Amino acid sequence: MPEAAGVEYTKVAEIKGPLMVIDGITKASFDELVEIETAEGERRLGKVLEVGFGKAIVQVFEGTTGLTISGTKAKFLGKTMEMPVSQELLGRVFDGLGRPNDSLPDPIADKFLDVNGEPMNPERREYPTSFIQTGVSVIDGMLTLVRGQKLPIFSGSGMPHNILAAQIARQASVVGTKEDFAVVFAAIGVQYSEAQYFKRSLEESGALRRSVLFLNLADDPAIERIITPRVALTVAEYLAFDLGMHVLAILTDMTNYAEALREISAAREEVPGRKGYPGYLYTDLANNYERAGRIKGKNGSVTQVPILSMPADDITHPIPDLTGYITEGQIVLGRDLFRKGVYPPVNVLMSLSRLMKDGVGEGKTRSDHMEVGNQMYDAYSRAQEVRALAEIVGRAGLTGVDLKYLDAGDMFEQHFLKQAPDENRALDETLGRAWDVLSTLPEGELTKIKEKHVKQYYKGK
Amino acid sequence: MVAKGRIVWVSGPAVKADGMSTAKMYETVEVGESKLIGEVIRLTGDVAFIQVYESTSGLKPGEPVVGTGQPLSVLLGPGIIGKIYDGIQRPLDEIASKSGAFIGRGVVTTPVDLKKKYKFKPTAKKGDEVGPGSILGTVEETPLLTHSILVPPTHRGGKLTEIASEGDYDIEHVIATTEKGSEKVSLKMYHKWPVRKPRPYAERYDPTVPLVTGQRVIDTYFPIAKGGTGAIPGGFGTGKTVTLHQIAKWADSKVVVYIGCGERGNEMTEVLVEFPHLIDPRSGRPLMERTVLVANTSNMPVAAREASIYTGVTMAEYYRDMGFDVVLVADSTSRWAEALREMSGRLEEMPAEEGYPSYLASRLAEFYERAGRVRALGSPNRAGSVTLVGAVSPSGADFTEPVTTHTIRFIKTFWALDTRLAYSRHYPSINWMQSYSGYLEDVSKWWKENVTGEWYDLRAESYHVLQREDTLKEIVRLLGPEALPDEEKLVLEVARMVKIGILQQNSFDKVDTYCSPQKQVKLVKLMVKFYKEAQKALKAGAPLADIRAMPIIPSLLKAKFEIPEEQLNKLEDLDKQIDEQFRKVVSGEEVKVVA
Repeated sequence: MPEAAGVEYTKVAEIKGPLMVIDGITKASFDELVEIETAEGERRLGKVLEVGFGKAIVQVFEGTTGLTISGTKAKFLGKTMEMPVSQELLGRVFDGLGRPNDSLPDPIADKFLDVNGEPMNPERREYPTSFIQTGVSVIDGMLTLVRGQKLPIFSGSGMPHNILAAQIARQASVVGTKEDFAVVFAAIGVQYSEAQYFKRSLEESGALRRSVLFLNLADDPAIERIITPRVALTVAEYLAFDLGMHVLAILTDMTNYAEALREISAAREEVPGRKGYPGYLYTDLANNYERAGRIKGKNGSVTQVPILSMPADDITHPIPDLTGYITEGQIVLGRDLFRKGVYPPVNVLMSLSRLMKDGVGEGKTRSDHMEVGNQMYDAYSRAQEVRALAEIVGRAGLTGVDLKYLDAGDMFEQHFLKQAPDENRALDETLGRAWDVLSTLPEGELTKIKEKHVKQYYKGK
Repeated sequence: MVAKGRIVWVSGPAVKADGMSTAKMYETVEVGESKLIGEVIRLTGDVAFIQVYESTSGLKPGEPVVGTGQPLSVLLGPGIIGKIYDGIQRPLDEIASKSGAFIGRGVVTTPVDLKKKYKFKPTAKKGDEVGPGSILGTVEETPLLTHSILVPPTHRGGKLTEIASEGDYDIEHVIATTEKGSEKVSLKMYHKWPVRKPRPYAERYDPTVPLVTGQRVIDTYFPIAKGGTGAIPGGFGTGKTVTLHQIAKWADSKVVVYIGCGERGNEMTEVLVEFPHLIDPRSGRPLMERTVLVANTSNMPVAAREASIYTGVTMAEYYRDMGFDVVLVADSTSRWAEALREMSGRLEEMPAEEGYPSYLASRLAEFYERAGRVRALGSPNRAGSVTLVGAVSPSGADFTEPVTTHTIRFIKTFWALDTRLAYSRHYPSINWMQSYSGYLEDVSKWWKENVTGEWYDLRAESYHVLQREDTLKEIVRLLGPEALPDEEKLVLEVARMVKIGILQQNSFDKVDTYCSPQKQVKLVKLMVKFYKEAQKALKAGAPLADIRAMPIIPSLLKAKFEIPEEQLNKLEDLDKQIDEQFRKVVSGEEVKVVA
């Protein structure tokens, strides 16, 4: 952050939680960046949350530990928080506020961008329609990711969301082009080992030189997490819309982000919404998630894969709940499959890709793709019902067709869903495996597939 | 005198300004050096509390605040159709041409093109007595829509002293003048109307005509009437937006107002990309020629989200007043309620349930009461309607949360979306046991006169099968299907067929996306016939296994997408095949697939 002239105040009235109240303010604006200097000369950053009647409430990113009422100086910098951006950012590692932490010098900035971004005008958006092949059968076949989509992974503690995200980052490709994805990775309050796993995975596959990493680890200041996704997405937008790259932005873990938000809200004594989270959690999350997409007349795209852990695996918890209302679908990891040892343990019935319909089909992937996806959902859903029934009445109480569904369900998990973390399946193989599963069912059960596709691909009798 | 004050406090979208003693409640004000648009929502002494419709980042105490003397209003005149607006009627294309792909602040725009010339055809004559709402003439707004030029509802009546002759005029041109005593009024092709005030009408009618949406589960099972109200609550991923898109696409209304309130940017883009290419099945013209969009996406300023609902409904009422049927879909009213909650929190009001303000219920009631089928003001006599359909996004898919529970009190059609149905990819995931329509009896007359007298009974018979299945399911869950007698197993089988063949509808399939009332009735009739024949066959001793294996079943289930509207006579073939195949099942002959 370059030095900027600004107005300095020394009258600190109150320090509580992550907030600092400064008195005697004559010139300060909402959202303004503040540089705080402790009595010992240490510098921290903050921003104005509220200003008026001679007072400013400042949120201190690095926390207020060690700050004192007397001796602390606050310099109001006359601008909002900015991130210096340039092509040189590729291959670099930054902290949660966007400052280099790989012991290399500051990159030379091409320009400075406000980290809050601005809302993309829906009229200028390009609707996402380009299929991204991830090489993961369940995603390509049933939860297709398209360029410019925001598709989160809902996970739980201990489940392999990082392995899946890293696999997507390594394997993602747009069929028919040689274009590689640039990866922007934001670690938000995650453990050192998780961030390291991701970094190593990018390194080994040679993707690190087209990646930008932002690391706010579990022991870094919590309030900094408010900024981490913002700087990361600012860089992602720059790479996509100024440099024309296809960017995959991975944000993990958004639950830590929302908790930081709650901490500030509580310190401000705001009226809470559900579970103590602020009423504006939806809007705030949307301000991050909506920073994905494509723009008319520009080459690049920002595809977002946020990861969040559902507290107690509860999908109705405010964080996954509000996320699901904003994102274009969700990939939900299931504890049962995880226990069974199936990787990736994607609970397909709870998962969804809203943009799949626009990214697949004739001319994009294959004309039977959507129907096969729908029929697979239907079959697996029936299989789950039959499984539940079989537990009560036993296999003997089932009809012939039900038994076939039981087998199809097992085959779905073992033959289609399950694959190795380094296995990259082409789309034809994925769809072939799907037809293997569907072909165990009687032809008459395929009610979601057009007659001509059944004739072409069905392998049963 | 307009108020001129000074900002004294800023926090997010909320601003306090002093020196505002002459400001009015709900007056629009310009905030700060960059003239952001705001609205006064509380007055204390000379301090005005203002909600700002644009990002307040960088705003500081000491900057000026200037009143406009006007409440938040929209411009009503030709040029609205086909546009996409933000929450306060600024055209997004114009914002884009001024500030690029990202939305800047303080952009000044006009809602419609003031220079565009329209061919005006007068229908009133010099010397006519005109009053509020009278039609002066018409212009072709789009090939689909003849726009009537109305005398503003606030006009006090008078004699037409001048009216423009047929010709091309821009909307700023004075096209008529009226005189009443010494009062002379010049009229243009547009007028302004405050969004928070419902537009007046002469008389209210009962809604008796269904809004035909082409969606089987809606039209046949839970219909909504023109001028009625409906709500569609559902957790995420249950298909609220897709269902609303379907209504906006296929409803047989003259005008569609689509409000994206705090939802995804890409969804608005989808409408913008798709609608110009979709052809209205009735007129053969692109759907965009009858559609207005109001987009305030989730990342756009929260206060404008609150205004967007009112902006949309006011435009809907304006087209209603021309004598058109208008349908307004709002996705999602929960985001609007959250905007209310956020501002209420900043006003430090005492919260009611879950932090929502205590006036949430009355605001919802006021909004839904703006629906209705009415006789418009002025001459000639004409009826128009506004149908309101609002999505609700209950947190955690819990229908007992405040927005859902309050909404239910003020609407008559309730389409409950079911997360479990969505998980099994039953779309639209409208739960047939929880949903209801208060218009069923009202619209049955229309069906009788326009489609067939059998509709009501066919609906009841097929619905009865679903109800029986619902109770039988409990037994199956405990004892397995083999515990049931054949007659009841048949109910399960037919219920499955009704669910797949009728209730499920694929919005993304070219054929299935729209199903005419005629086709709906025929499909239901085939299912009911199958059920009756199967009952007879069972009684005659035919084994259930043979009935289940009948090749007619997959044909019936696929008829919805395999048989297009132009070939409905193919459904007669299916009818014959039912007879044929049952004859064979009963007589024990082997049934062969007829290709």
